Amino acid sequence: MAVTIFAAIDVGSYNVCMDIYQISPKSGINKIDEIRSRLEIGRDAYGKGKISYEFAQELCEVLGDFARIMKEYGVDGYRACATSTLQEAKNVWMVLDQVYQRTGIKVEILSNSEQRFYGYKSIAAKEAAFSNIIQKGTAIIEIGGGNVQISLFDKDALVTTQNFKMGSLRIRERLVPVEKETIYYEHLVEELIHNDILSFKKLHLKERKIDNIIFLGDLLIENLLKGKEDMGESNTVSRERFMKVYEKIVHKSPEQISVDLGITLEHASILIPTLIIFRVFIDEMGADNLWLPGTQLNDGISYDFAQKKRLIRSTHNFENDILVSAKNIAKRYMSNKSHIQAVMQVAETIFDSTKKIHGMDAREKLLLQIAVILHDCGKYISMSDAAKCGYGIIMSTEIIGLSHAERELIANVVKYNTEPFKYYGEADSKSTIDRNTYMLIGKLTAILRVANALDRSHKQKAESIKATVKEKELIITIDTQEDMILEEGLLKEKADFFEEVFSIRPVLRRKKKR
Amino acid sequence: MNLKEYTKPEYYTNRELSWVKFNERVLSEARDKNLLLFERLKFLSITASNLDEFFMIRVASLKDMVHAKYTKPDIAGMTPKEQLKELSKVTKELVQAQYNTYNRSLVPALKKIGLHVVEQHENLTEEQQKFVDNFFEDSVYPVLTPMAMDSARPFPLIRNKTLNIGALISKKDKKGKEELEFATVQVPSVLPRIVQLPDDKNGNTVIILLEEIIERNIEKLFLSNQVVCTCPYRIMRNADLTIDEDEAADLLKEIQKQLKKRQWGEVIRLEVEERMDERLLEILEREFKIKDEDIFKINGPLDLTFLMKMYGLEGFDEFRQTSYVPAQVPAMMTEEDIFTQIRKGDILLHHPYMTFYPVVDFVQQAAKDPNVLAIKQTLYRVSGNSPIIRALAQAAENGKQVTVLVELKARFDEENNIVWAKMLEKAGCHVIYGLLGLKTHSKITLVVRREENGIRRYVHLGTGNYNDSTAKLYTDCGLLTCSARIGEDATAVFNMLSGYSEPRTWNKLVVAPIWMRDRFLHLIEMEREYALKGRKARIIAKMNSLCDRDVIAALYAASAAGVKIDLIVRGICCLKVGIPGISENITVRSIVGNFLEHSRIFYFYSDGNEEIFMGSADWMPRNLDKRVEIVFPVEDEKLKEEVKHILEIQLEDNVKAHILQPDGTYEKVDRRGKMRLSSQDFFCEEATRRAKRPQSEIDKRIFIPAEAPEE
Repeated sequence: MAVTIFAAIDVGSYNVCMDIYQISPKSGINKIDEIRSRLEIGRDAYGKGKISYEFAQELCEVLGDFARIMKEYGVDGYRACATSTLQEAKNVWMVLDQVYQRTGIKVEILSNSEQRFYGYKSIAAKEAAFSNIIQKGTAIIEIGGGNVQISLFDKDALVTTQNFKMGSLRIRERLVPVEKETIYYEHLVEELIHNDILSFKKLHLKERKIDNIIFLGDLLIENLLKGKEDMGESNTVSRERFMKVYEKIVHKSPEQISVDLGITLEHASILIPTLIIFRVFIDEMGADNLWLPGTQLNDGISYDFAQKKRLIRSTHNFENDILVSAKNIAKRYMSNKSHIQAVMQVAETIFDSTKKIHGMDAREKLLLQIAVILHDCGKYISMSDAAKCGYGIIMSTEIIGLSHAERELIANVVKYNTEPFKYYGEADSKSTIDRNTYMLIGKLTAILRVANALDRSHKQKAESIKATVKEKELIITIDTQEDMILEEGLLKEKADFFEEVFSIRPVLRRKKKR
Repeated sequence: MNLKEYTKPEYYTNRELSWVKFNERVLSEARDKNLLLFERLKFLSITASNLDEFFMIRVASLKDMVHAKYTKPDIAGMTPKEQLKELSKVTKELVQAQYNTYNRSLVPALKKIGLHVVEQHENLTEEQQKFVDNFFEDSVYPVLTPMAMDSARPFPLIRNKTLNIGALISKKDKKGKEELEFATVQVPSVLPRIVQLPDDKNGNTVIILLEEIIERNIEKLFLSNQVVCTCPYRIMRNADLTIDEDEAADLLKEIQKQLKKRQWGEVIRLEVEERMDERLLEILEREFKIKDEDIFKINGPLDLTFLMKMYGLEGFDEFRQTSYVPAQVPAMMTEEDIFTQIRKGDILLHHPYMTFYPVVDFVQQAAKDPNVLAIKQTLYRVSGNSPIIRALAQAAENGKQVTVLVELKARFDEENNIVWAKMLEKAGCHVIYGLLGLKTHSKITLVVRREENGIRRYVHLGTGNYNDSTAKLYTDCGLLTCSARIGEDATAVFNMLSGYSEPRTWNKLVVAPIWMRDRFLHLIEMEREYALKGRKARIIAKMNSLCDRDVIAALYAASAAGVKIDLIVRGICCLKVGIPGISENITVRSIVGNFLEHSRIFYFYSDGNEEIFMGSADWMPRNLDKRVEIVFPVEDEKLKEEVKHILEIQLEDNVKAHILQPDGTYEKVDRRGKMRLSSQDFFCEEATRRAKRPQSEIDKRIFIPAEAPEE
């Protein structure tokens, strides 16, 4: 049939929801059903570090219902994601296994950066408006139960993304003991989060002017801001309008809000911190326009699904976003840009010319590119211990669009670029690396090592480069005016490893340009 | 808008007293000599069963309030105590009127047509005496369980609503002194109440009531003792089923428990035949702890509901209305499947004039259709052996995803509903029981179908229950549609009923409890504003009961501003007409006919953009606040005209319509100079006519000669 039905499930920190989408090349992605259930798993995860039996049972029940509803639509595919905050519960995997046994639904846990990437994709799904808005300095603020995520855009591309552990639910829980001591709740929240925001500003905002803020999170806030006036297609409101709504609500008690807005007390009690957090960010960034696209994680997941199944075509280049943010990290750690370019050229050439041998796909090429971009960042901290420092930096820096596993993979490739490669048997037993990942690390490391060796002098000697496979050799032909003695000499050791991995040997041919 | 000035108690009628007025209107049908005799029996029987239910629910509830020392006055300013006092008076008058009708009109009239009712066993002829005595020995005696009360045996449990015969028996004690002992025997409910005797010599049918036969033979039950006196009596117990939903972990179990408890409720009414011996009455009074005002001394047989059985007596066909055969739905008289028919345009159903079959067929076809993925339906009261239930079970067996909401809280039908719920669950349906504290009263069916262009939802919305037997007796409206916006709302309704969050907004449906009241108040207020601006403003609303204070106040305000309001309210109406400056622009009529008026239709002129809604909700607090109800718009222009037509005909009814007067009484329409119009008969004829295949189109076709071109 011409139409694909897809279900996206979001197991969030304060609600569990499923959206059903109907996707076709002709009419795009249309949401045809949404089922939302309030379930504050996050309260357990942040408070006790464990998901209690009751919540687990309830989660099973809700997802059992979801499984049934999926049948009601005869869905062709589904994806169930738990947001990263659930990882704070120690027993999350056990709970998710129970869920699988009882409902047949496999829930995967998204890393924070993946989650943000989908959130971001959900916005990008509203293509026209999105590409207009990000022409100017733009920040996406997503306020979740556990965390707040800020992503900055500059000239059409994503610059950076940062995660703050100060989601609405978490703030509420944290302030419970002191709440009764003060009547200035607003002030309390502000104080709590202010410091984090300042350091963020110093590091990332610098001179960037933020004109627009895109807001993701509580749909209720969107409805509040929209009020009775129709905002039209653009869904933007001014800062004044926000402040008006804010003043009206923030000083009321949760009980009053719950009555006024017809929402549950639970919901009302997290609405206040959400609004305060949002207000503080708006103030600090000085943005004038707020854009409320009204999308949620599930929209992004379905968009991603549709893209992967080639059901829709997108005009925005998401891979470029990933690369740009990687480059920004490299820049922050003062990596040598031209060296990276040179290594990139070789690595890409080798990758493309040996496709039949290594069997890797486009996604893995992207990982290689990021590894190339970040391979030197450790030197910022220590020249002598660059490998370990690089590993550390990558492991603790978010790169939007990459899963945790992918980031770990890249960190390893960077580490083994200069450190002796650890074979599978001796690999750290604590690491999450399985055999496939291990092989991938090996392959990418082999390519990176060779590519890096060819610009050992950091002088970008090559003017152009070509690579061809001839029987048992990979012949890399370099056009250069300069001598390549250092490179040729150092290549030997790297070539050994390359041969070990791919069983072909890279050989350097120098072609002197006249 | 501030409605305060319109909520004065003197502007309102007490709902219970208004209900009694309604039952009087039903009784007036029994007294109407224009009606066929057996139809009149039926109406009298209905007044009796209505009154029983009224006592069990409403009076019982008032008694509970008095026990709980609840003294808050109702909208008409009456405390529960005052209401009970007034009710005791008017219900006794009503009962008086019932028996006057029975004794003075119906029994003599029956005799005239050759149906002889032997009212007292003393009047039996010798031959007949022999017959009934034999009948007693053969069929009655074996199932009787007489029970006596003495120092060793306490007063026995008398079951709710059963007919019993009390007796005083004379016994000699050890000293030889005479003592009177109480004994009672239930008139067995397993035997028919009406016993037909052999025809008399003139060929007349002769019947007698079972209790008379037992009374005649009562000595046989207490062989060694002398029976001093006997007399039938009947009690009514408090049966209002109030479940504490916060406490009940398992609703199902709780209701089952309550059902067992019901027979133990407090006695709130005692009916005895007038002739009862004072000593006997005294014992009953004491044992049932009942006050004088709750004792009904009756001049005739107790429990007139046996008249419904009499209605079914063989023969006498000429005294019964021939039953109407529902007509086909014009839009559905094609060979196409129901989904294609719905895709061609929304379809309006008007039962019982049009057949209920399409609604059953909708579920049946969905059960078989290979493209159907899911069926969801709310069931409130279902008929015995319901074809809808069978179709749902079949659908589940065919691999469709079937979700059924079974409302367990439907009054008196709980037992029935639990059986259905379990059966459906066994068949593989997903059965849900609605939301705590809210009765699901909405009538909605959703069929999800996967088609060429994706998912399409087909929806049936109705004003009446999915019950194929009552659909032949209740007037109801329904809508079949595949509007995407209504479909989306329908999905949201079921999500909500499954306990998930309500949608951000509703596209088309007006849903109670949260949203409906405001929406109606807003619609009424808008008419008021149009009227204030000097524009035409009009409201027509048809429903079963009107007793919501806010809605009535809003109607008063609208009327005061000049909105012309016509209400068609079958039952309770707490609104008063003709209050100077307040409700002079409001008319209220009640149509009581052969079919039970049941549809709810709401019309607002809306400055020319007429808005019409239909649905499951009355303008009662319980519908607007305590139930899940759906009111849906009729949007297709053609269907809007049809619905308007229904309202117009009802407003013109001058046969079965009773008009509410400023003094609170109802009077039939003055027909002088007008064509006789009974709306129910009119709709019957019209539906039959419309369902005829349009052959006339072919007959009418003629070739039209062209004319010479004009100069």
